[in-house]
Amino acid sequence: MMNDMTRVERTVDSKAIKIAANNVQVHYGDTHAIKDVNVEIEDKTVTAFIGPSGCGKSTFLRCLNRMNDTIDICRVTGDILLDGEDIYDKRVDPVQLRAKVGMVFQKPNPFPKSIYDNVAYGPRIHGLAKNKAELDEIVEKSLRRGAIWDEVKDRLDAPGTGLSGGQQQRLCIARAVATEPEVLLMDEPCSALDPIATAQVEELIDDLRKRYSVVIVTHSMQQAARVSQKTAFFHLGNLVEFGETGQIFTNPEDPRTESYITGRIG
Amino acid sequence: MALSWILLTLLALAVLGYFAGRSRALASAEGDARALHSLPSYYGYNVALTALVPALGLLILWLLVQPLIVNNTVSGMIPDTAIAEGSDRGLVMSEVRRVAYGLDGAIASGLLSEVQARNADADIEALTQSLKDAGQVLTQDISKPILLAAQKYRSMTSTGSTAMQIMVLVVALLGAAFAYIRTHREFRARNVVEQGILALLLLAASIAILTTVGIVLSMLFETMNFFQLHSWKDFFFGSTWAPNFRGGSELSILPLLWGTLYISVIALLVAVPIGLFAAIYLSEYATGATRSIAKPLLEILAGIPTIVYGLFALLTVGPALVSLFGDGGALGLGWMASSNAVLTAGLVMGIMLIPFVSSLSDDIINAVPQSMRDGSLGLGATKSETVRQVVLPAALPGIVGAILLAASRAIGETMIVVMAAGAIAKFSGNPFEAMTTITTRIVSQLTGDTDFASPETLVAFALGLTLFVITLGLNIFALYIVRKYREQYE
Repeated sequence: MMNDMTRVERTVDSKAIKIAANNVQVHYGDTHAIKDVNVEIEDKTVTAFIGPSGCGKSTFLRCLNRMNDTIDICRVTGDILLDGEDIYDKRVDPVQLRAKVGMVFQKPNPFPKSIYDNVAYGPRIHGLAKNKAELDEIVEKSLRRGAIWDEVKDRLDAPGTGLSGGQQQRLCIARAVATEPEVLLMDEPCSALDPIATAQVEELIDDLRKRYSVVIVTHSMQQAARVSQKTAFFHLGNLVEFGETGQIFTNPEDPRTESYITGRIG
Repeated sequence: MALSWILLTLLALAVLGYFAGRSRALASAEGDARALHSLPSYYGYNVALTALVPALGLLILWLLVQPLIVNNTVSGMIPDTAIAEGSDRGLVMSEVRRVAYGLDGAIASGLLSEVQARNADADIEALTQSLKDAGQVLTQDISKPILLAAQKYRSMTSTGSTAMQIMVLVVALLGAAFAYIRTHREFRARNVVEQGILALLLLAASIAILTTVGIVLSMLFETMNFFQLHSWKDFFFGSTWAPNFRGGSELSILPLLWGTLYISVIALLVAVPIGLFAAIYLSEYATGATRSIAKPLLEILAGIPTIVYGLFALLTVGPALVSLFGDGGALGLGWMASSNAVLTAGLVMGIMLIPFVSSLSDDIINAVPQSMRDGSLGLGATKSETVRQVVLPAALPGIVGAILLAASRAIGETMIVVMAAGAIAKFSGNPFEAMTTITTRIVSQLTGDTDFASPETLVAFALGLTLFVITLGLNIFALYIVRKYREQYE
């Protein structure tokens, strides 16, 4: 476990708090899925959520851009502050919020449109480009940031669904980046990818950290150790432990964390 | 022995065979079912099926072929002189059959003995009288050749059916015996039964297909008859529809096709937006509870018989339109003279098609993966932006297919147009005028006293075949579109 952690330089100096969650509870019908979670997510940092299946990490991630609103039976209480503003406040438009807090999903989900239109989708909706030239520029920049420009620049009119799985996922990341979000949420973005595509996406995540706050849910502890600076360990709906990634993986405070990362529970 | 007795005997044989095969299989395994290749009942089914299927096949074949042979032989016996002027061999043959059945009936009621019925030299007048006494219908007095032919007909039929009964039973017994002897614990009865099931399913599928072919062929022959009597150029390229039973009709499909397409287009203009929007509401916006009530309610519309829609058009929609657009109507336009109009039929047909479009589109929209919607919502799109820009494009091929299927229903619809569109065949762009369609003309050409040798009647088959080709083409095109784009998001 230790030798995986040498790749990412760990910056310990504290940064501005981007998202602060206080006493967050989530109920799915009668199920209490998230219990009393408090967490502070820093700007320009990769934060990893780890934990066994069904522990609530994806549910919590979906609270951060109110994607849970689309599920009828889901109820969220507590405060989640983005730059000090409560995102569950009535005055906040969830649609605007999701433009600021982008999301990449577990399964690559390009729209059945051309590669260009996939990336241009967000900018067009939000009116980010004044004209075609600006839109072209945004698309190219986003595809470059998604580390897929070189592979697709000659076939921007080809359907996005025709790409390979790894390319599709990077296209989805480029699509999310194109709306200029402040936070990027990633729900197990590599679970459907092979090791090479995974490495490409991980490299990309590390690069995205320069501009965005990234939150990634992952089942792979190696991946969490490789890409993140902060790690949160969820278990049975509780946030068990949250801290520096190095600290969590080498010297966890909670016995449950230690059991999980050494493979005894999960 | 009547047909039902043969069937019952076969069935009894099959049941016996089932138990015999089953017990023989068990005996060959010394009572231990685990030592058998298949479950004991499979051995039973094997014997039953082997007894039943070939025998039934032979029975059906015999029933189809025997009348052909008998008819041919008997009709060959009738001398040309026996065929009256203005009549033909077919009419004489039906007379022969009537006499034969009459003899059967007379024997059954005891007025004739079997010997008298078979007597070739019988007194014809006495025979005719006894047939009339027996209440048998005769169209004319029996002549000598007809009597002889009828007697031959009777004897061949009765010999044939006796032979059939014997052959069918022999085949059934042979089949049962063959399967019974083969029954052994090593025998793979399960696989044989599997083959039998496959054959059954195949038979059902081919009956459906063969029926379609049969329908097309029957229409094709009548259509060819029509084109021998009437020029195909007038039918396809003429401009007037004016059937006249005294001859000299102009029978062009074009004015009818125009009416059909015009009404269908109006119907689709009504049905497609409303149906599609209803589908979008139901699948994207409605809560589970609303959906579970609204969807069945909408689908009730599809269960209303079209004649009821016709009444609705006649009594409600037509008069309402006249009071809007007619002389002295609310709009004061005076455009619409009668409630029978293209617009009336189109509107009502559109209402009929709404559930058709909405139900199919709803299924198709639901099949778009949730991940598409999540992806769009996650980028900060609203619900309607998501529907418009992601869900509908992904579902479009299926929706186009649904619309084309609705179009082919609109083109084939009859009752609503009969009652609401009027009966005037003409080219006109005015939706307030009465027009007529292919289907209503088929009905009117074939109802009443019809003579199947005149082009005015036979034109119905040509119209029907053309309609069939159009709707078939639309359906094939719809299926092609649906298939071609189906896997786009998988």
